[in-house]
Amino acid sequence: MRIAGKGLVDRSQTVPFVFDGVRYEGFEGDTLASALLANGIKLMGRSFKYHRPRGVLTAGSEEPNALVTVGAGAAQEPNVRATMQEIYPGLEARSQNRWPSLGFDMMAVNDLAAPFLGAGFYYKTFMWPKSFWEKLYEPIIRRAAGLGALSGEDNADKYESAYAFCDVLVIGAGPAGLMAALTAARAGADVILADENARMGGRLLAETYEVDGKPGPVWADEVLAELHSMGNVRLMTRTTVAGAYDQGTFAALERVLHHTDHRPRGAPLETYWRIVAKRSVLAAGALERPIAFRDNDRPGIMTAGAVRAYLNRWGVSPGRNVTIFGNTDDIHRTARDLLEAGVHVAAVIDSRHDAPGSDDYEVLRGAQVCSSAGRKGLESITVRRASGEDRIHTDCLAMTGGWNPSVHLTCHMNGRPTWRREIEAFVPTPGAVPGMVTAGACNGSFSTAACLEEGITAAESVLGDLGMTAPKITVPQAEDTPYEIAPLWAVPGKGRAWLDFQNDVTVKDVKQAATENFRSVEHMKRYTTQGMATDQGKNSNVAALAILADATGRGIPETGTTTFRPPYSPIAIAALGAGAEGKGFKPQRFTTSHKASVARQAPMVEAGLWYRPSYFPKEGESNWRQSCDREVNMVRQTVGVCDVSTLGKIDIQGPDAGAFLDFVYTNMFSTLKVGRTRYGLMLREDGHVMDDGTTARLGETHYLMTTTTAAAGDVMKHLEFVHQGLRPDWDVSFTSVTEHWAQFAVAGPKSRELLNGILDMPLDDDSWPFMACGPVSVLGVQGRLFRISFSGEHAYEVAVPARYGASLFDILTKRAEALGGGLYGMEALNVLRIEKGFITHAEIHGRTTAYDIGMGRMVSQKKDSIGKTMSQRAGLEEPGRERLVGLKPVGESKQLLAGAHLYKEEAEPVRSNDQGYLTSVCYSPTLGSMLGLGFLADGPERYGEVVKLVDHLRGVTTLCEVVNPVFFDPEGGRVRG
Amino acid sequence: MRITCPLCGERDRREFYYRGAAVDLARPEPDAGEAAWDEFVYLRDNPAGMTRELWYHEGGCGAWIVVTRDTVTHEISGTELASGVSA
Repeated sequence: MRIAGKGLVDRSQTVPFVFDGVRYEGFEGDTLASALLANGIKLMGRSFKYHRPRGVLTAGSEEPNALVTVGAGAAQEPNVRATMQEIYPGLEARSQNRWPSLGFDMMAVNDLAAPFLGAGFYYKTFMWPKSFWEKLYEPIIRRAAGLGALSGEDNADKYESAYAFCDVLVIGAGPAGLMAALTAARAGADVILADENARMGGRLLAETYEVDGKPGPVWADEVLAELHSMGNVRLMTRTTVAGAYDQGTFAALERVLHHTDHRPRGAPLETYWRIVAKRSVLAAGALERPIAFRDNDRPGIMTAGAVRAYLNRWGVSPGRNVTIFGNTDDIHRTARDLLEAGVHVAAVIDSRHDAPGSDDYEVLRGAQVCSSAGRKGLESITVRRASGEDRIHTDCLAMTGGWNPSVHLTCHMNGRPTWRREIEAFVPTPGAVPGMVTAGACNGSFSTAACLEEGITAAESVLGDLGMTAPKITVPQAEDTPYEIAPLWAVPGKGRAWLDFQNDVTVKDVKQAATENFRSVEHMKRYTTQGMATDQGKNSNVAALAILADATGRGIPETGTTTFRPPYSPIAIAALGAGAEGKGFKPQRFTTSHKASVARQAPMVEAGLWYRPSYFPKEGESNWRQSCDREVNMVRQTVGVCDVSTLGKIDIQGPDAGAFLDFVYTNMFSTLKVGRTRYGLMLREDGHVMDDGTTARLGETHYLMTTTTAAAGDVMKHLEFVHQGLRPDWDVSFTSVTEHWAQFAVAGPKSRELLNGILDMPLDDDSWPFMACGPVSVLGVQGRLFRISFSGEHAYEVAVPARYGASLFDILTKRAEALGGGLYGMEALNVLRIEKGFITHAEIHGRTTAYDIGMGRMVSQKKDSIGKTMSQRAGLEEPGRERLVGLKPVGESKQLLAGAHLYKEEAEPVRSNDQGYLTSVCYSPTLGSMLGLGFLADGPERYGEVVKLVDHLRGVTTLCEVVNPVFFDPEGGRVRG
Repeated sequence: MRITCPLCGERDRREFYYRGAAVDLARPEPDAGEAAWDEFVYLRDNPAGMTRELWYHEGGCGAWIVVTRDTVTHEISGTELASGVSA
């Protein structure tokens, strides 16, 4: 019911919207909740477990009942609080968790089954037969219970993440927050003032208070206008500060576009902020507590503060005939506001025997509401007094059990709030979040005057920490009513009295938990699910705690509190992950030949962050093996070209570069001649192989190291650590130059012929023997050439500055093709290296030593090196270790599978007989056979023996001959040829 | 979480890579014996309180940093370059 002359909505702007398919009208400034109440709609949802009809309980983000789904299709958003959703033309909202309709919900049958669904029911009932739980009971219960559902489609909405920095973050823009922000801003501090509501002002917008003789909202707007005019203040509305983290970091969610269906190009729906503040002021206010009594969950029963908010801020009376019940003077404030607005007040029930009276209405002192009645909304309440029980007709009950300061953020870093007896509530413990000062209602100071004053003193305190001087500010004049409360958590009586509305937890459930010895608050919480819904029990935790304390004969502070964790209110995963979905998940690195490879229809595979071509299909080839075989033969017979730019390249310079490499590699590099390249093996300090690669000596004090593609970053970190942490006095420095150079392998008998066509000085064996390196001029471009080979063929790697990469790739491709060769990809590269027994990270997988891979002699005995000491432990070199071998199928089955295990031919293939495993396999077109690399106990001593390969997963058994892992050209004649 | 790099100033922890206890700086001599090497490579304390640990400013200057941090309060009481710490 809309009340003339009340509220801050703009009555000249009518806003049409749709709820459950019916069109309604509200005003600009309405929330969905206020607009529905104005239209006389009280039933807004069904409860989680029992499908009880529910209406709004509150007017803020703590709302447990009025959850709706907004929008449709992929963009539909479930569990939106009707109290926070601003209406806009075209808004379509639907109620949730009901079938077929909100008014007639078949699943309300759950309510009749309530005796079977109490606390911990799933541990007691639905137990037999055992197999029925997973198949039958759980699916049915899960379908019947619940809140809104996701669409299951990809959400096309844009979410964003952003960073902000400030001197002072003020959380909450009520009277305390406004004064804190004003004080800090006038002192010249960079201030961010964040508030979860669309309009700042906090309770000043919901009450009829005056500040400095002006109506609260007018005073708030004047302060906001001043803040807005200052260059050092950022006002963030619709922004919930959701978490407090280490060193002044805060998470905040800004709901950018939920209040409109306008979607400006590129604008996000929500922005997830990380705010870094040198100091913070928490002015988050307080949340009102309901009182538990029988059937206190009917639509029309709400907190008194919510009734005043709907009346004063939105000009709506939630009822025509209102009753008021509670234990603080707030009930009288509520009665006065309603009567002044012309709303009929049917009864004022004050549980305190010494409650103040009134000339305007009768006060039922020492009375309690003990139950309610009404089908889909409140129709009457029953009031119990010493003289007996009376039934009073009413369509709205405003209840207040006192206020809980919003201590949540002060608990995010493991702070525990302190119980304050005189207000029967928890308040923040000072210092709970370093750098944060609390002010106003969240600090347990409930009068407007106290809020205004604490806002100033909080700002003064943080300004002092920052070495800034607070300006002189007079505390504005405002009401300073004392807060008097007599504890009242639950009205005694039969029936179900609700505590946690969102998870359907009753007083009886908590008592039952205590009876069953779940006496710890954390156990009670998990057993009953109290406070475990999306509202984290904001309305109910303290009352539940008080009931548990009573049931276990302890005081509230001894009983403790549950832990409030971030986020303060729910945040969509899409917002948390903003920017990291799809291609944003991790960086993508592309070589200079990427486009050309894609243009040739090469399937691209991930290698670390890089993308590399698998193979280059030719016309007439119907599967990858045909392409791969052709590319292998091409390299063995003519010439192939492959982009190897993705290998890590680290430029190492300095007088101590040689000594440094001797220390990080097992073998010697200080003795390497300038113009030569050497294969190096790197260990971890625990003696296992870390990485391998070639390092070239380009000058007396200048080396270029290559690493494997995937390990490049780790090796760089390792080198920097060894230098800075272990050898800081050595004069050497490292630069990653992976992306600076485009590097191509040119491999095969015709490789030199190809290169001589583009090098300004032709190559020959005398000047460019195997493992030579040096500067070259490539068609006039200064580049580098390395005569190294990962294929076993006469091969080179030619490098040019990356800007020439695409062009050189094109030239190399054409020239290779003219010589009968062409491009080869990762598949062929892998076959070529397996044929030669060269290892990759499939073999150096973190559990193998230099000894295991047949490189034990590469650990130089002439010097210390990383990992050397530990690599010499007895167990790492003893007989029986699994060591690298080659394997060839010799029986009927020709199939080799990486991951398969090896057994003696006659042994049963069980774990205790395990002798090793395969790491790499391929089909070798060169040798016309499957080839495998693997590790076999004492392998190198067993060449010629036949072992059994068994893959239990894929059901394969193959007899293999153990051979030298260098299957092809073991003398290495081709590479020098 | 914020870490003050001695070279770059205060930065978000996302710029840093975590390695582990600063014990890694105290590399024994090759002949120090099994016990010393076992301690260096494998044994780590798990204190509730002050720790000294190694972080790498990977998204910044590339400095290895020794961070002195309280595992209970998360307070960071100091940062210094690993190169300046005598093992």
